[in-house]
Amino acid sequence: MSAAAPRVVLVDDHGLFRSGVRAELGKQVEVVGEADDVQPAIELIGSLQPDVVLLDVHLPGGGGQDVVQAVKASHPEVRFLALSASDAPEDVIAVIRAGARGYVTKTISTAELADAIRRVAAGDAVFSHRLAGFVLDAFAAAGGPGGSADAVKPSFDPELDQLTAREREVLRLIAQGYTYKEIARELYISVKTVESHVSSVLRKLQLSTRHQLTRWAAERRLA
Amino acid sequence: MMESVEHPERWREHRGGDPFGHWHRGPFWLRSRGNGPLRRDQDDRLAGGVAAGAAAWKGVNVTVVRIVFVLITVVSGGVGGAVYVAAWLLIPAAGQDTSIASQARNDPRGIRLAIGVASLLALILLAIGALGDAWFTSWAWPQVISAAGLVLIWRNASADEQASLRQLIEPLESVAGSSRPGRRTALRLGIAAALLLGGAGWLFSARFSVALLRPLGGVVLVIAGIVILLGPWWLRIARDLVLERAARIRAEERTDIAARVHDSVLQTLALIQRRADDPQKVVQLARMQERELRSWLFEGRDPNQPDENMTFASGIRQIQQDVESRYGVPVEAVMVGDCELDDSLNALVAAAREATVNAAKWSGASVISLFAEVEPGEVSIVVRDRGQGFDPETVPEDRKGLAESVHGRMTRRGGTATVTSAPGEGTKVSLKMPRSATQPRSSAASRS
Repeated sequence: MSAAAPRVVLVDDHGLFRSGVRAELGKQVEVVGEADDVQPAIELIGSLQPDVVLLDVHLPGGGGQDVVQAVKASHPEVRFLALSASDAPEDVIAVIRAGARGYVTKTISTAELADAIRRVAAGDAVFSHRLAGFVLDAFAAAGGPGGSADAVKPSFDPELDQLTAREREVLRLIAQGYTYKEIARELYISVKTVESHVSSVLRKLQLSTRHQLTRWAAERRLA
Repeated sequence: MMESVEHPERWREHRGGDPFGHWHRGPFWLRSRGNGPLRRDQDDRLAGGVAAGAAAWKGVNVTVVRIVFVLITVVSGGVGGAVYVAAWLLIPAAGQDTSIASQARNDPRGIRLAIGVASLLALILLAIGALGDAWFTSWAWPQVISAAGLVLIWRNASADEQASLRQLIEPLESVAGSSRPGRRTALRLGIAAALLLGGAGWLFSARFSVALLRPLGGVVLVIAGIVILLGPWWLRIARDLVLERAARIRAEERTDIAARVHDSVLQTLALIQRRADDPQKVVQLARMQERELRSWLFEGRDPNQPDENMTFASGIRQIQQDVESRYGVPVEAVMVGDCELDDSLNALVAAAREATVNAAKWSGASVISLFAEVEPGEVSIVVRDRGQGFDPETVPEDRKGLAESVHGRMTRRGGTATVTSAPGEGTKVSLKMPRSATQPRSSAASRS
């Protein structure tokens, strides 16, 4: 974890929200820039190269995932933390799959948000309780382990397509509002192990070519 | 676009009104079973909306009205057409107070034009009548009135209606070939003319000896000619009608959204401003509004309408909603999957409700988390708070009762309930209920 305060760019179309976050986070992170739409955000991030981008899931000129994809191509070291008031699960998952390292809701407390930014800056994944629920739902939708496994079509890398029992356990606890420290105590593992489980879930979410993830999103959109 | 196709009946409901509503006084044939006076329906019209208006007024199917009208027109020898135009003139359009006729009174040039057209047509008909084709003239005379009426409508109707009238008159323009006379149009016109001429010639020729076949064959040819001549235009009218209706439904949807935002979001914001000094109340209001908006936006449910087919997830949402509004404690509900409710799951939901209410009342926690997961084999719920907790060994009597009732509900149905708590550590209630062999229903399916 870097000793200095992480340099942060805020991308949100609500000016009121940006100034609120800037005022609250001021002491704990260094807010170096703000943008209110996809295109300005991509340019600003390219020139400032911050540690973390706090990114709204919905922007007027497209989804947050457009920003992530564009920046990832040229500046893979910039990390993204998705943030939103209330969103459909498939949109959140889309931003994560594009490469964001976490998702928190705007109702999060300032201390928790600062902590989440530091975690993302350090390369960890940040799963809010809601994201944990979405991910469990996405991986469970067409039968996880112990489920109707015959419904799962074989894919290139079955490892990527399923969560381990331990990962599911960790996600469940996150969904119940446990902190990483509490999860570590509950499962008799170290906080580092919890972090690695979450990172592994994130990796699976981003790399999986699983039909079910796509189908899950498609079904939710159609429903 | 998709939504608009999905719920046409929703829009129909608040427009058409209740067909079995109150009966107005009056002779039976004028009694209205719909709402309000007779108006031309602009939403469902083919020409002037007279049939649709009459259908809505009497609470009958519009297609029935149209068929009856066409039959009357045929039987009466064309009088129906004139009656229709007269009705178009005299009955105000829906949402308007005055009819076209009352506006036309202030249009002397229009009246002169109408009289001119009518007299010209009358002269032509007199000439044809003198040549001795009685059948044709008996049909055509009422259309003199129709033509005059259409002229008045053309000049005085609203822009919207003029557009639809233009569609009715358009085939004459297309026959005249005013637009772009492509090769296909020329071919079409040629075939149509050949068929029409051939058919008419056949009809009037006396050479063919088979008495029955002669008029029949002629009629077929004439009809085929008309279809080829006017077919493309009919298709376009049908398509335009569909497009127009879709646009109108979209507009209504927008109005609906605006109304909802006003009713719920703006009202809540006003309330929040007034209660700014009471942070807990503000949080409660904001949560309530968020939940309502979320369920409306993402699940397509109207929070003010009771959920008819409750599923497990909607039962959990109900708990969240009730506890938040009654005790003012935010409940973070996370749901994974969904399924139908049965007896044992109802018991599970009831137990979860009790555990959540218990946490809201006693724990003192600022937030309660409610996690529900549907798995193929079992359904589990975890209710957790970071409140003051308690020592399970020394539970006061009143709380023991609650814990036991949670426990009792679960064990009677073959489930389990575990309560973990320690002073200062918060409380966690885990509930598990085995499922019967039915397939899980994905959360996506439950959102339809």
